Amino acid sequence: MATASKKTDWFPYLLLIPASMVTLIIVAWPLAETIRLSFTNSSMSPVESYVGFENYQTMFSRRFPEVIARTFYWMVLSVGIKMVLGTLGAVLLNAAVPGRTLFRVLVMPPWVVPIAVGVFIWGWMYNGQFGMISGLGQRIGLLSGPFEFLATKNSAFLSTVVTDVWIGTPLVTVYLLAAMQGISPDLHEAAWTDGASRLYRFRRITLPLIMPAIATMSLLSAIWTFNSFDIIWILTEGGPRNATTTMIIDTYKTAISRFKYGEGAARAVMIVIFLSLFSAFYFLMISKLAKREQDL
Amino acid sequence: MINKYRWWEYVLIYTGIAMFLTFVLAPFVEAFVVSMRPLDALFSIPYRFITDEMSFDAYFTMWKSVPLLWRYMLNSFGIAAAVTALALLAIIPAAYAFARFEFKGRDTLLAAFLAVNMVSGAVLIIPLYKVMQQLGLLNTYFAMIAPGTAFVIPTGIWLLRSYLMRIPRELEEAALVDGAGRIYTLIRVIIPVALPGIMVVAIATFITAYAQQFLFALTFNSTNALNPLPVGLFQFFGRQDVVWNELMAASLVGILPVLIVYVFLQKYIVAGLTAGAVKE
Repeated sequence: MATASKKTDWFPYLLLIPASMVTLIIVAWPLAETIRLSFTNSSMSPVESYVGFENYQTMFSRRFPEVIARTFYWMVLSVGIKMVLGTLGAVLLNAAVPGRTLFRVLVMPPWVVPIAVGVFIWGWMYNGQFGMISGLGQRIGLLSGPFEFLATKNSAFLSTVVTDVWIGTPLVTVYLLAAMQGISPDLHEAAWTDGASRLYRFRRITLPLIMPAIATMSLLSAIWTFNSFDIIWILTEGGPRNATTTMIIDTYKTAISRFKYGEGAARAVMIVIFLSLFSAFYFLMISKLAKREQDL
Repeated sequence: MINKYRWWEYVLIYTGIAMFLTFVLAPFVEAFVVSMRPLDALFSIPYRFITDEMSFDAYFTMWKSVPLLWRYMLNSFGIAAAVTALALLAIIPAAYAFARFEFKGRDTLLAAFLAVNMVSGAVLIIPLYKVMQQLGLLNTYFAMIAPGTAFVIPTGIWLLRSYLMRIPRELEEAALVDGAGRIYTLIRVIIPVALPGIMVVAIATFITAYAQQFLFALTFNSTNALNPLPVGLFQFFGRQDVVWNELMAASLVGILPVLIVYVFLQKYIVAGLTAGAVKE
């Protein structure tokens, strides 16, 4: 097919036109426009003028560093728990016990249903008077009275993390399970004949071999979690008293709820800068892992 | 035998699985139990998980509280189906180009498409909102379908590309030698052979497009009758006068179709999710 000819073959470029058009119009152009807007005082009014770095200066003077720190704390906590739970889940679902096919089917629903609908149900569960968590907590004596999970700063923050973990864990689990099943059974059998225990085999065979999958997934998961909007917006809209305001929520509140397009755009540019750093790191990791695989 | 467990290992594994599945499924159980409780039992103190008079009443009365439920479900399905169809038109040729051709800038272009995965809708929403407003596209299905399409294309290209790379080149070479055009070869030879892979990509795209229709619909649409399920139900959420058992019944009915689709197609969904990913 791809015969080396002197003339440029335009056919592959032709094939890329539809995907490129959509991406240029809906992603690339708005991205460029966001950067431009971040240097203007754009708002509801049709008149806008360039204001230099003013938006960036006001942004940093108004407790924005706190929002950045909170975003990273939220992301690291959530991704960390997802990876640990996902690995544990994959190990459990990989065990050769009766019923495992059914268990594997039952893991995915949080990922399948619309994120927002799953979050409504969590919103009800966090209700202090009538929700399941507060209710059962009182029943078994863990809580002394009704506890409104979304009303105080720390518990609201942790509640949004728990819901994010609930939505993200199934994909991590299935992904790592597939990676585990890609491991040749010969390796385990050889170690088993030599008398290696299950835990030893997990540490010395399974874990190193699924490490590339864990690395890929934790980076992808970090990007998705960083960008997470639905969960926080539905549960708390960034409250109480900004306790759950991450960079995405802050951007949306500034731009869409308060119509300060210019200031919102400056926040969006900050997000893009952070995500570019992520992606650079991600591609570096992937190419390193790919190279290591080739060397083996 | 290597996979033989001792009794306490069985206990450990099943306890672990039970705890894991409890976390995963608890919200669905809670939604079901709430939908079965009469309203006064819902607000009883002290808290009771299951009450004496459980009934399916809410499933019949909810049609008055959430009159547009069918409409929301249809909108959700229609938007996800349109996104999937449009995305496939872009994904199939692009994945074919990346799988089969050497051309200048190939790796850069592939990386550029994948970089879209790292951009969130919230970052682009300001210019998109302004342009939709200027073109009079707010409150149309188009405003929800177009952005959704852009965000499912990269993953689709990635998945389908790894599938196409496993198809032997001899197939299309034979067709080309016979004098068939290259577009003809793509449509008549490659697509039929790659159909299972295209189905997997289509299913994964549909589920993603269905699960993530909140931000764009919330921002670009304020016409109730055009709302997809998540935004349609969101209007009730957090209001003082919410009839909770009916809202939970509506949520469960709303997600039932996609759960049924999932149960029947879960093999393909899991295969699609992990195919391109694990190896690359």
